[in-house]
Amino acid sequence: MAVKELYDVIVIGSGPGGLAAAIAAKKAGADDVLIIERDIELGGILLQCIHNGFGVEIFKEDLPGPTYSQRFIKEVRALGIETMLDTMVLDITPLKKVYASSKQHGFVVLEARSIVLAMGCRERTRPMIRIPGTRPSGVYTAGTAQRWTNVEGYLPGKRFVILGSGDIGMIMARRLTFEGAKVERVLEVMPHLTGLTRNYVQCLLDFDIQLQLRHTVKRIIGNDRVEAIESVKVDEKWKPVPGTEEIIPCDTLLLSVGLIPENELSKKAGVLLDPRIGGPIVDDSFQTNVPGIFAAGNVVHVYDLVDWVTEAGYVAGNAAGEYAIKERQKETGSITIQAGDNVRYVVPQMLDKAHLTDKPISLQMRVINPIEDPVWVEAHDGSNLVARKAERYVRPGEMVTLKLRPKHFDDVRKAGTLTISVNPK
Amino acid sequence: MLEKYDYIVIGGGVVGSVITRWLSKYEGSVLLIEKESDICMGSTSSNTAIVHAGYDPLPGSLKARMNVRGNEMWDTLAGELEFPFERRGDYVVAIGEEEFSNLTTLIEQGKKNGVPGMRLLMGDEVRSLEKEINPEVSGALWAETGGICDPFAITISAAENAVVNGAKVMLNTAFEDFIMDGDRIIGIKTNKGDFGCRWAINCAGLYSDVVMHKAGVRPEFKIIPRKGEYFVFDRADITVNNVLFPTPTEKGKGILVTTTLHGNTIIGPNSVLIDDKEDRSCTTAGLDEIWEGAQKLVPGLKRKHIIGMFAGLRPYGNGPCKTPGIDYQHDYIIEIPEKVKGFVNLGGIESPGLASSPAIAEEVVAMLQDAGETLKVKKDWNPIRRSRPRFRDMDHKERERMIRLDPRYGRVICRCENVTEGEIIAEIHSPIPATTYDAIKRRTWLGTGRCQGGFDMPRVVEILAGELGVSPLEITKKGSGSDFLSRPTKNVEGK
Ligand SMILES: Cc1cc2nc3c(=O)[nH]c(=O)nc-3n(C[C@H](O)[C@H](O)[C@H](O)COP(=O)(O)OP(=O)(O)OC[C@H]3O[C@@H](n4cnc5c(N)ncnc54)[C@H](O)[C@@H]3O)c2cc1C
Ligand SMILES: Cc1cc2nc3c(=O)[nH]c(=O)nc-3n(C[C@H](O)[C@H](O)[C@H](O)COP(=O)(O)OP(=O)(O)OC[C@H]3O[C@@H](n4cnc5c(N)ncnc54)[C@H](O)[C@@H]3O)c2cc1C
Repeated sequence: MAVKELYDVIVIGSGPGGLAAAIAAKKAGADDVLIIERDIELGGILLQCIHNGFGVEIFKEDLPGPTYSQRFIKEVRALGIETMLDTMVLDITPLKKVYASSKQHGFVVLEARSIVLAMGCRERTRPMIRIPGTRPSGVYTAGTAQRWTNVEGYLPGKRFVILGSGDIGMIMARRLTFEGAKVERVLEVMPHLTGLTRNYVQCLLDFDIQLQLRHTVKRIIGNDRVEAIESVKVDEKWKPVPGTEEIIPCDTLLLSVGLIPENELSKKAGVLLDPRIGGPIVDDSFQTNVPGIFAAGNVVHVYDLVDWVTEAGYVAGNAAGEYAIKERQKETGSITIQAGDNVRYVVPQMLDKAHLTDKPISLQMRVINPIEDPVWVEAHDGSNLVARKAERYVRPGEMVTLKLRPKHFDDVRKAGTLTISVNPK
Repeated sequence: MLEKYDYIVIGGGVVGSVITRWLSKYEGSVLLIEKESDICMGSTSSNTAIVHAGYDPLPGSLKARMNVRGNEMWDTLAGELEFPFERRGDYVVAIGEEEFSNLTTLIEQGKKNGVPGMRLLMGDEVRSLEKEINPEVSGALWAETGGICDPFAITISAAENAVVNGAKVMLNTAFEDFIMDGDRIIGIKTNKGDFGCRWAINCAGLYSDVVMHKAGVRPEFKIIPRKGEYFVFDRADITVNNVLFPTPTEKGKGILVTTTLHGNTIIGPNSVLIDDKEDRSCTTAGLDEIWEGAQKLVPGLKRKHIIGMFAGLRPYGNGPCKTPGIDYQHDYIIEIPEKVKGFVNLGGIESPGLASSPAIAEEVVAMLQDAGETLKVKKDWNPIRRSRPRFRDMDHKERERMIRLDPRYGRVICRCENVTEGEIIAEIHSPIPATTYDAIKRRTWLGTGRCQGGFDMPRVVEILAGELGVSPLEITKKGSGSDFLSRPTKNVEGK
């Protein structure tokens, strides 16, 4: 693929949010739409979500993650949207320059008329929740374990304890059980489930996996590989209750303790974040505080249903597409209006090409010398006559007007300079 | 036939590695053995990474001399080995009047130790230099020779330079005992077999007591591990760009707020005596202690900005470890004991052991010369070790050029620290090959950012497996027993 330097819309990330945004931008009329994705395939996190539960709202079907995203990938291909895979975006500027790096394309600097941020989210890690203990192998975020199991084809352990009753954790509990691993326990520090009840029933209850609410990991044990974890009950103030400690032997601790919108790039572009959720502050078209930078999906806030991510992508992509079109019209720039034969001055002196839409534009002028016979008032682009009208006479004391009408606009647009002259017929 | 060396260095921390590098300058064969899967996995792997100016140690101690001389040597060494080092100076911060008066004592001590470039700053000055500081600051001791470093970089580059100059490094090789001929050491026993030597050099850190006891030296000397715990912060959220020590008080040395070379603020360490030399676990009590302690210097720290935590063990020598002529405890032992021949004995190299390491190497070489070794510089000795390209540090033009030369440098594997496939592969094939995940982490800082390896881990395991020509199941985090994966999934097994 030949990489262009300037795109109407660049979408960063190809999860359901990014795919929908690219599709909508293209449908809104943007010509050059590019998706940049750091993974080797399009699809985002859905590629590793091989369980079903996706698309119930949009398609009224219960699809596995990859099948859901495949429908959008097909459309992306059919619409001729460009993609750069295995490419990491490293930097974005407020002026919408995008710096990205990959094996195939090298280090590239691209420019976009508008950008859609669709980088999704990342998982909270062990240090963020400050679990004490040793630092052995075998402490993974649920998403990393999910990637290993579902994409790479390896089980990351045999006996698991899962901390956190979020959906990814519960879904992994079932997935690992299918694989013949033992899930000893799911621990949840809150007094209630944090994921969907549906997942509790289908992933834990149906497989006799024990969920302990108000419990957490007090410490991790084992120098090389996890050997056990010590769990403990917590009270209403999240303080450990002495005497409730239990050593649970296991070789892996999975953390499913929350997602954080991935906004390191957004910050570099000057995008303001909502401190409560860590995602950009957006308007109703998902535009951020930086004009022309939009955001959609988990990068804004963490969704529970993928269908709503897709919808958000459509809104943001459509707005980004429209924004790009306006920009393009503006850029095409302005036309200088010059006084020619027997004309002292013309107002306006400049025409904005973006305004050449459906309304006529009046050019007002005064002549230098009176002509008491019929004259042509003409607008020329070099030797090409763009528009003219007749007057019975002209006098310096009386203003003359020439109207450019939509039927003239195609010719006007091609001109760099329009020269206005008044000559006898 | 016994494989024979002139010098065997036991222990691949900063001290052992820098000594090996010093010895590789001279004719004679050198072997460095390390019990772990990589060098730099002991105390050197988890500390504050400060190159102390030298006002801390008691005047007249060996520690004071090593610290001040060691500090002086860093610029040259960093230049030769091309490792990052920044002499940005450090502050000892006083809060309130009483602490301020303690600073004078510290300056006096520094002067006695020969520390150049110290100055007292008033509260206003400190406030204007570090915006995050506690507004109640009353002043600070400023020491311009203080620095920060990357402990892995000095250790690994020193050992690599030694290898290029002919030294041999054996990993996963644990010293078990000495082979004696009367009162002379003529070799060592290890889990990988016996090796002959003319000199054995004890650089075993936390285990230096065990090693010296095997030679029958200082049987009363005992190392007690002293734990220190840390938090690391996201540099996108907070940057304290200075090294801030609290003023030492009756109650103890207090908790530092400082920065890594990569711009991450870190806080710690506390100081707790423990009995297990392998226990590098973080504890609830310890983490609470450093959290509260750090508020004293920088009250604006926020828990939600924490991205990392770790603990290290100081080799704290409790015994009557007296260097000849010096009469107090907890000083360094650097000696050639009289009653055992062929033995250079080091012990209790606690903080500032990192800062002192070049001086310790110089001292060991001088002692060997005093003991009659004729050390002749190799004709082809090459003091220079070139650093390898770091994508993170390149500007756009350099990145473009690098990727054109080698497209693998275009593939970013660690999203937070921007480490590329090219860099990882280069480390796997370097003079001391990185063969574990942590070995790559130590050399590139991959996985140390806000996602803590969540993104790069599967990718690094795959690259390691590919380059080493083994199954991903065999890839470990830090050596035998620390594997990542247990078996292929069923559908893959079925294939
Ligand atoms: C581990 C995990 C598991 C999940 N499992 C489920 C589930 O089972 N069921 C469910 O309903 N929801 C699940 N979710 C929620 C799910 O993320 C959303 O429903 C949906 O996928 C979000 O879509 P998105 O487009 O916003 O982000 P994502 O699908 O996360 O896509 C973001 C994309 O951006 C790319 N990207 C990010 N930064 C860059 C960069 N700098 N350069 C280039 N590309 C970049 C990423 O590689 C990724 O492909 C899960 C989320 C996570 C994190
Ligand atoms: C919390 C903390 C903070 C510190 N802060 C600083 C600071 O800011 N500045 C500073 O200058 N210093 C600091 N230090 C001190 C510094 O880390 C040490 O002084 C220095 O790392 C000691 O290096 P070493 O090579 O002697 O020990 P180590 O790095 O421990 O190396 C010893 C090596 O010997 C190996 N070994 C042990 N037994 C055997 C055996 N039987 N066979 C083979 N190999 C063996 C070990 O595996 C280890 O790799 C700090 C220390 C700690 C713990």
